[in-house]
Parts: sequence; structure tokens; C-alpha cells
Amino acid sequence: MNSRAKSVSLTRAIASVFAKELRVEFRSFELLTSTIVFALIVVFVFSFAFNPSAADSRRFGAGFLWIALLFASSLMLQPSFTRERANDSLAALVLAPIDPFAIIAGKLFANFFFLILVELILLPAFSVLYNVPLLGIIGPLAGVMLLGTFGIATVGTVFAAIASQARMRELLLPLLLLPALVPLLIASVGATMGLLSDSRELPSAWVAVMVCFDIMFFTAAWLFGGYLLEE
Amino acid sequence: MASRIRESIFGQALASVSVSVLIGFAIYGALIWAPTEKTMGFLQRIFYFHAASGEVMILAFCAAFIGNVGYLIRRKIEWDWLAISSVEVGLIFNTISLVTGPIWAKPAWGIWWDWGDARLTSTFVLWVLYIGYVILRRMIENPERRAVVSSVFGVFAFLDVPLVYFSIWWWRTQHPPPLITKPGGLAPDMLKVFFFTMAALTALMAIFIRQRYKLEAVRHTVAEMQIEADYRNEGGAK
Repeated sequence: MNSRAKSVSLTRAIASVFAKELRVEFRSFELLTSTIVFALIVVFVFSFAFNPSAADSRRFGAGFLWIALLFASSLMLQPSFTRERANDSLAALVLAPIDPFAIIAGKLFANFFFLILVELILLPAFSVLYNVPLLGIIGPLAGVMLLGTFGIATVGTVFAAIASQARMRELLLPLLLLPALVPLLIASVGATMGLLSDSRELPSAWVAVMVCFDIMFFTAAWLFGGYLLEE
Repeated sequence: MASRIRESIFGQALASVSVSVLIGFAIYGALIWAPTEKTMGFLQRIFYFHAASGEVMILAFCAAFIGNVGYLIRRKIEWDWLAISSVEVGLIFNTISLVTGPIWAKPAWGIWWDWGDARLTSTFVLWVLYIGYVILRRMIENPERRAVVSSVFGVFAFLDVPLVYFSIWWWRTQHPPPLITKPGGLAPDMLKVFFFTMAALTALMAIFIRQRYKLEAVRHTVAEMQIEADYRNEGGAK
């Protein structure tokens, strides 16, 4: 993809960027705490807006959950590039003799990891607040959450890199990200709705859409993401 | 130089007049010449421009995708001009099909809009995505950065389209399936008008893209001249 010597293997480079992202976040926890609180507020506000009964919650709960996650992630993904701006540390990262995709991928996996942590708190809270028992379906639900979250993190990280280069970036990221995530939202809500219904069945068509989405956009990020970091 | 300008003005005038004549014939064909449909009546005539705009929109966005990928591979700014020109023209046809759709849907289906329909909803998502593309470009000053960043976004947006379509299609669909290919779908006269309208709108699209591309080229030249003038003025001030 570029001509400079790659003295570090791709996996090692990705692992270093990933570790660096985690180290930065775990020093302050600022991103995680605000995102978790924000996601909880969204779930909370929905209950006032719709005042759902237990049956309503089973039907619409999947939608509330994914919308809360989508909104929270469109806020959380922003700083993954913008907080490098303060000390212009992204320029230093780009100068490192690694494939530029490693920077995107490292941040992508870090964002994926952070979003999983958010879900670990959000899901039990959701289950209690909306009276939706999740314990019986924990296995397939975890699979659906992982697939959906990976898709959000993939497109979200690339779009955060895109938005960080523009003016009004805070407004721009949700504007670009939410429509692009529409197919993933449909599939995730469809799959989760199937799990929450009485039959507790996992609809395989939706899982297939999610797998397609993840593979397609991860490949696109791999092919084109590096271009976003050239100076 | 002067003769070249005169020639290009002549060419443009000729192209504009012929496309206008084509569009005039298409309007005549759709509103008067084509037979009136039995069940939907006069209203069915909006179909010719509605469906043709949809097809032309797809053509324009394909051209934009080619421009985006072309720029990322070749790094020639002309590819980027093709991309933005095609996106803006595609958005016009996108808007036409979005506006004419509900006008037809209300009497045909009994509702203005249906979120469960694949083509309707994916056309809307497409519209939002490419509006995002245009807004994104407004927010970046440097022409090279703008070209790179918007090209990557354009590729992602284009890849999204089939996924949006199929995910909504599985949800539930009520848009009439393409009538053209099935035997006994459209009457032969209707088919003629439909293909003629499509050809006329494709010609209109081509001429729009060409004009918009030229505008982008002129803007580029002006920006370069501005930089040169600023540079000279600074040199003169010393």
C-alpha cells in the first residue's frame, strides 16, 4: 500500500496501537464513564417517552437497546482521532514505520473493546429496567451483540477518521455514521427481537446480514482506510 | 482560443437544444401519447418519470463510485471532479424519484410512504448518505484532503446500498416489482414511452454532469490563479 519499509509485522503494530489506546483510556476513564452514563440516560429517557408494558418491552426493547448503543457510539468514537490533535500525536503515529492500516485497526479493536465494556453495564440495566429476562438467551445474545458491535466499531472508526479532518466534526460524525449503519441496525434489531420473542429463536437471515456487513466493511477499511492518514 | 470558445459554446447550445427537444418529446409521450392505464388511470403517467429518474439516479451514483475509486487509485483531481459532479446530479434525480413516489403511492397503495418497502426506504437512505457526502466536502478546505476523504466516504456509502436494500427487502416489501421484464407487464406502447423517457433523462444527466464538471474545473483554475496572485502580491510588497 505504501513504499516505506515495514519493519514491524502488521499484527504486532495493531497490537501496539491497541495497547496504547487502552493505556490512554484507562489512565482517565473519561470516555468510558461518560459513554456509559449517556447510554443509560438514553435507555432511561425511552421509558418515559413510551411508558412500555412488559409485552411492549419485549417487542420494542431490541430497538431501544440498539438505538441507545448507536447514539452512545456516535459520541464515543469521535475522540479516537480528535484527542490525538492536542499534541499532534497522530502525525507521530503516522511517521512510524508501520502500515497505516495498523493505526486504523488498532483504534478499531480498541473501540470495539470499549463498546463491549459499555454493553456489559448497559445490558443488565436494560434487563432490570424493562423487565426483560436475558439470562436464558445469554449465549446467542452475546453473539449478536459482538457481531453488531464489531460493525459499529469498523464503520465508526473509519468515519471518525473522516470526520476528524473536517470542520464541525462533532456534528458531522453522527450525520454520516447513522445512515450508513442502517442495514446493521435493521439486522441487529431483527436478530435481538427474535431472541426476545416467545419462541427465543435466532433468525439466521439477520445473522447472515450482520456477518456480511462486518466482512464487507472491514475489508473496505483495510483497502481504503490507510489513505485517510496520509499527510 | 476565441474560436475554441465559440466552438464549445456552439457545441453546448446544440447539446442543450437536443436534450430539451428529447425531454419535450418524453413529456408529450408520457402525458398524452401513452395509453391510459386501466386501474390506476391518469395518475399512472407519473410512472414514466418516476421510474426513469430512479434508474438515472443509479447510473449517476455508479459514475460517482467510479470517480471515487479512480481518484484513490490514480490520484488525478479530475476523477474527483467526476465524482462530485455525478453525486450532485444523482441527488437531483434521487429527489425527483422520492417526491414523485409518494404522489403515486397515495392513490395506488392508499398510503404516502411505507417504511417496510425496500426500494422506497433504500432510496431515502441513499439520499441521506449522499447529502452527507456533499456536506462533508463543504467542511474541508484543502482540495487534496477533500478529494481523499470524500472518496473514501463515497466508497463506503456505495457499498452500503445493496446491504440497505436487502435488509429492508427481507423486512417486508410492497413496491411493485419491475414490470418491464415480465411478459404482459407493460403494454408495448407504454414500454416505448418508458424507454424513451429513460433515454431522454440519461441524456439530461450526461449534459448536467458535463456542465458541473466544467464548473468544477473553472473553480479549480480560479483557486490556482488566486494563489498565484497572492504569491505575486507578497513578492511585490517586499
